[in-house]
Amino acid sequence: MTSPSWRGPSWRRGAGTSSGFSRLATGLLPAGSQRSRAGVSATIAVGGGIVGLIVAVGLLSLVWTPYDPGTIDPTSRLQLSSSAHWLGTDKFGRDVLSLIMAGSRTTLVVGVVAVGVAAIVGVPLGILSAMVPKWWGEVIMRANDLLLAFPALLLAIMLTAVQGQGVVTAMIAIGIASIPSFARVVRSGAIGVMKTEYVLAARAAGRRPWAIALRHVLPNVMNLVIVQASVSFAIAVLAEAALSYLGLGAPPGTPSWGRMLQEGQELLFVAPRLEVFPGVAIALAVLGFNLLGDGLRDRYDPRLRDGR
Amino acid sequence: MLLRLAERTAILLVSLAVSSLLVFGFMVLLPGDPARVALGVNATEADVATLRREYGLDRPLATQFLDWLGGLLRFDLGKSYISKAEIAPQIADRLQVSLILVAVSMLVALVIAVPFGTFMAVHHQRPAGLVLSAISQIGVAVPAFLAGILLITVFAVQLGWLPAGGWTPPAYDPGLFLKQLLLPALSLGLVQGAVLTRYVRSAVLDVLREDFLRTARAKGLTPMRALARHGLRNAAVPVVTVLGLQLATLLVGAVVIERVFVIPGLGSLLLDAVGNRDLIVVQDVVMVLVVAVLVTNFVVDLLYLVIDPRLRTGTR
Repeated sequence: MTSPSWRGPSWRRGAGTSSGFSRLATGLLPAGSQRSRAGVSATIAVGGGIVGLIVAVGLLSLVWTPYDPGTIDPTSRLQLSSSAHWLGTDKFGRDVLSLIMAGSRTTLVVGVVAVGVAAIVGVPLGILSAMVPKWWGEVIMRANDLLLAFPALLLAIMLTAVQGQGVVTAMIAIGIASIPSFARVVRSGAIGVMKTEYVLAARAAGRRPWAIALRHVLPNVMNLVIVQASVSFAIAVLAEAALSYLGLGAPPGTPSWGRMLQEGQELLFVAPRLEVFPGVAIALAVLGFNLLGDGLRDRYDPRLRDGR
Repeated sequence: MLLRLAERTAILLVSLAVSSLLVFGFMVLLPGDPARVALGVNATEADVATLRREYGLDRPLATQFLDWLGGLLRFDLGKSYISKAEIAPQIADRLQVSLILVAVSMLVALVIAVPFGTFMAVHHQRPAGLVLSAISQIGVAVPAFLAGILLITVFAVQLGWLPAGGWTPPAYDPGLFLKQLLLPALSLGLVQGAVLTRYVRSAVLDVLREDFLRTARAKGLTPMRALARHGLRNAAVPVVTVLGLQLATLLVGAVVIERVFVIPGLGSLLLDAVGNRDLIVVQDVVMVLVVAVLVTNFVVDLLYLVIDPRLRTGTR
């Protein structure tokens, strides 16, 4: 693969930033405020800011939205932006801003559960494959690679065909499809940790394998898990949007950005703006998690700078 | 070389066998009886029993699996539960459409990624490279179907230059075929191009740091000629890997794009089958897509050996 192998935990902080975004952002900052060695990179700041904004909007929508996102009001259909409806209304007269706000919840819940499923299975699998004899590790990774032949969307479509449409089906399918990337990343890190002297010492002292896994390996691959979680979250957001757009994800009545795109498409000739707002929301969410993942990767392992 | 080839072929065959078991397992072991699913909730027990018998769903699972697998090897994919039509010819028809779409999209992606990625690597610390890098980051964040909707909005709705969707076989009306193909291929290709650009950039960056490139420069070659003669071939190895993985993404991405542009490809067949609860068609189409992914990975592995002679020996 393209990325260099992981060679043990790295505590070096600061240093580089990979994406043009961050360097562009850094370049635009006044000289004095440019990131110091210990500071947070611009990539993390921008990515984290976007992610934080989406989480905040999602939480806010639990207690307050300008209108009830489910309320249908035929008298105010397809209104343009106004002081009453900041982003206008859709074909049912629902407030678009309220729908976007409530939709962020669906996106976040699907992402969290999907990434959770993937991490809970993938992380132990990756550690296991690094600790068992080499031959067994190879077998586990081959099986893991096989799962890569089932992309998230395909798996979700297949599960939906049998189970019927639903957010839960979508979350689990996306989660299963994300297992291989976690297992692969964790394995590469865990192999490095297994070669370190402190693990050797722990083994010589007679510590049991599961204790070594929990006490030494897991904490040292946690950085990789966090980076992968951020990247997988972006993939989950994309998959959920596509599924809901196809009418296979969030059922009618559940606010979802992908669903909004689907409902707006028939009105493309009349009100293209109905596609713009959820579209921007999806792209922003994916951008945020991707940037956060890239930034964290650079921070935890500066040798990967400029990689990818 | 031969040993590597044999090893790769063995891996492919085992993967195909296991994945067929996985697909079959997913469809059968999940709660839900295909006959009951196909007929809906209002069907009588007798109707369900008839359909089960007609399609051999009352036989032991192992027999059903082997029967299906045997059929796959003979390109006999069985008959639809709903329309009772043979599935294999339908898939063959639809696959042609999807493959054209995917191939053209891949071409679009390459045409974007190779020059831009190389440019971004060569200029990686200058403003132009940074701006392009930021744009590619945004491109990665836009799902292909969203790009499709936006392209329709601009080029079909606002400007009226191109049709908003549809499909015409190339032999029937080549002009219309190209017009209808342009927007879907662009939506898939632009997004994949953005992803690929980032890989090309990092691959070229890696190569730029190599000693042999410095040697080539020392010999008196200009940076561009050194890169063209020695660099790009070496940069191609990681890029080809990604290309293989992307082909899989494109095939699945085409499923959604076909829905956006109303194209009668494999994806439309799959989604219609899901809508009609025609599980055997779903099972067959998923299997065809998985086979396509696995075979692509196999071909990528072989391409490595061609591109990079260092990998031809058994040791890595």
